[in-house]
Amino acid sequence: MAKAAKGVFFMDRRQFCKLAGATVGAALTGAKLSSAAGSPLAGTNANGQGIAPEEFVGVLTDTTRCIGCRSCEMACGRAHDLYVPDLLNDKALDNERQTSEKQWTVVNRYETQKGTVYAKKQCLHCWQPACASACLTNAMFKTRSGPVIWRGDKCMGCRYCMISCPFSIPKFEYNSWNPRIQKCIMCHDRIQAGKKPACVEACPTDALMFGRKRDLIEIARDRIYNHPDRYHPEIYGEHVAGGTGWLYLAPVPFDQLGFPTNLGTTPYPEYTREFLYVVPMVFLLWPTFLLGLNYLTRKPEEPVKQRGA
Amino acid sequence: METQGIPVAERGFKGLLSFLLHELKPKGKQLTPFNIISAPIILAGVVILFFRFTRGLGAVTNLSQEYPWGIWIGFDVITGVAFAGGAYIVTFLVYVTHQEKYHSIARVTVLNGFLAYVFYAGALVFDLGRPWNIINPIIGNSFGYNSVLFLVAWHFLLYMAAEFVEFSPVIAEWLGWKRVRKVLGALTVGAVIFGITLSTLHQAGLGALFLMAKPKIHPLWYTEFIPVLFFLSSVFAGLSMVIFEGTISQRVFKNLIPPGQHGAHEDIVVSLSKGAAVSMFTYFFFKALIFVHGKQLPYLATGWGLWYLVEMIGFTLVPCLLFVYAVKKTSARAACVASAVALLGVMLNRLNISVIAFNYQATARYYPSWMEIVVTLMVIFSEVWVFRWVVSRMPVLSAPPAWAKEAEE
Repeated sequence: MAKAAKGVFFMDRRQFCKLAGATVGAALTGAKLSSAAGSPLAGTNANGQGIAPEEFVGVLTDTTRCIGCRSCEMACGRAHDLYVPDLLNDKALDNERQTSEKQWTVVNRYETQKGTVYAKKQCLHCWQPACASACLTNAMFKTRSGPVIWRGDKCMGCRYCMISCPFSIPKFEYNSWNPRIQKCIMCHDRIQAGKKPACVEACPTDALMFGRKRDLIEIARDRIYNHPDRYHPEIYGEHVAGGTGWLYLAPVPFDQLGFPTNLGTTPYPEYTREFLYVVPMVFLLWPTFLLGLNYLTRKPEEPVKQRGA
Repeated sequence: METQGIPVAERGFKGLLSFLLHELKPKGKQLTPFNIISAPIILAGVVILFFRFTRGLGAVTNLSQEYPWGIWIGFDVITGVAFAGGAYIVTFLVYVTHQEKYHSIARVTVLNGFLAYVFYAGALVFDLGRPWNIINPIIGNSFGYNSVLFLVAWHFLLYMAAEFVEFSPVIAEWLGWKRVRKVLGALTVGAVIFGITLSTLHQAGLGALFLMAKPKIHPLWYTEFIPVLFFLSSVFAGLSMVIFEGTISQRVFKNLIPPGQHGAHEDIVVSLSKGAAVSMFTYFFFKALIFVHGKQLPYLATGWGLWYLVEMIGFTLVPCLLFVYAVKKTSARAACVASAVALLGVMLNRLNISVIAFNYQATARYYPSWMEIVVTLMVIFSEVWVFRWVVSRMPVLSAPPAWAKEAEE
């Protein structure tokens, strides 16, 4: 399952554009278009064969285990040289907070029918991220192992990722001459070094679990199945916006924990795909049409030689 | 102007240089009301931009994490480009379908379009957080093929080039380069067709930018047809701008326009009004279809519904009917009023999608700061300055030199 999903991720869009550029003829037949979008490219890597397949990783947040200690916030701030909150005195849980350009993750407290629930927020690392497909410089980038990272040497600060992200996660440093986009990168560097994300490592109650997404889904299903009284029967992130790398379990429906539940299950890049598919066709057909019109409307007495402005 | 008798080409490099220096000097009265108002605003804009580039966007704008795009994008770029649509429509009429009637406004419209792209799309650079990396998507060290913005950015660049080629014969005439004029004139039709194709795609592309903002834009404005709507509305936005701007130019630059053409303009305006009326009605009808199919009736009873009606009735249907009236009465004045209302309507629509009905559930709303408005005015005024500089020197509104006319026949 994961293998098939991996193939569908991201590369076929890009691959398609290359493909369309190379074989404009194929763009004329709708059949070719839809088949290129589907399966034939699945299983190959973006750069062709020979690269060992890698599986997406993610984190499972079990909000029934979270005690709201905010060790994750602190660990995140330390690991990435961001704001480190003063846990004992700042009373931050009194208000619902959003992640910011200074804090990649925040924990919020919610009073629900099943008592107090704490929910950690950060980037969800979509399988097909809107931000990465919006980015015209590939600064926002879905890595092979799953984390969505930001690359400062490429970003031109247009903030289109912020417009596109359905979770409104990317944040911008408005008060700097050299601003950065700030968001959780799932500690990509630590993962590369074989370590867990800082927040996962700091969690004292195992509310956060790092692993392959395939395994995390199994674990989450297992918990719901074995404790139907404890869990609301939904894994947030399994399908939302096409599926995300970060998964959530909760005792109550997710709208009670401030999660957007109106996002649908379509991967967000899909919304622009049709438009991008039309582009090569317009590029081919429109000039042909205009040229034909130009010849047809030419008055007989007019010389064949083109006239200028 | 005394140098105009001798073609510059025959005066050598030194002659060319002194000609250019002479042309750079201001002409005519300098203490006009327009200059007195615009000069301080342009200066203030430059000062504000200094702070913007040293202290960050937050120092001068009201942008926030919830509203990453304000009027510098929503008005300057997205509305400005729609207004500049006139160039691809008029060149379509003149060079593709051979409607000679519009030939007299082709040059000024292309100039307007070109300057609009340079200034309004150029204003994008002020809004970029890391403008030095703008080179990345251009030189190819980082191509985001799958981004709509990538497409739009490239189309802006290519379209500016195409419009420059379309305008270049005028520059050659100004400099007296006869042979160059001939070569550039031969490129026009190709550039026009390329330009129309690019315009179709990037006018629609500006709308496609918002396709992924589905949960953020109010359902009355979000539709999967945003690209089609943006393209359709760019037709009458462009036509309205040609009518509106043309009426002003006719008055301000009266002395430049050859006497025979004063009456012709009225005829052109009425014909363009017909096009504007038809395209506006098509747009209105399409919007109505989307409204019905989307079952959006319940939204009308809300505040957003009223605001939607203001845009749809007050600023789309009303100017559409005004255009019809202008055509019936062959009234250029009514056409001018209609175009002004239509332009406001297009502006409203673009701002609704990019700023006003964007993140409509946000707690803190965005209003532009006075500094954002000053910079926007700076962009508009500097464009007018350059426009004025060009038309009072090059044969844009005035008749081309005799030698160029002979060459054409």
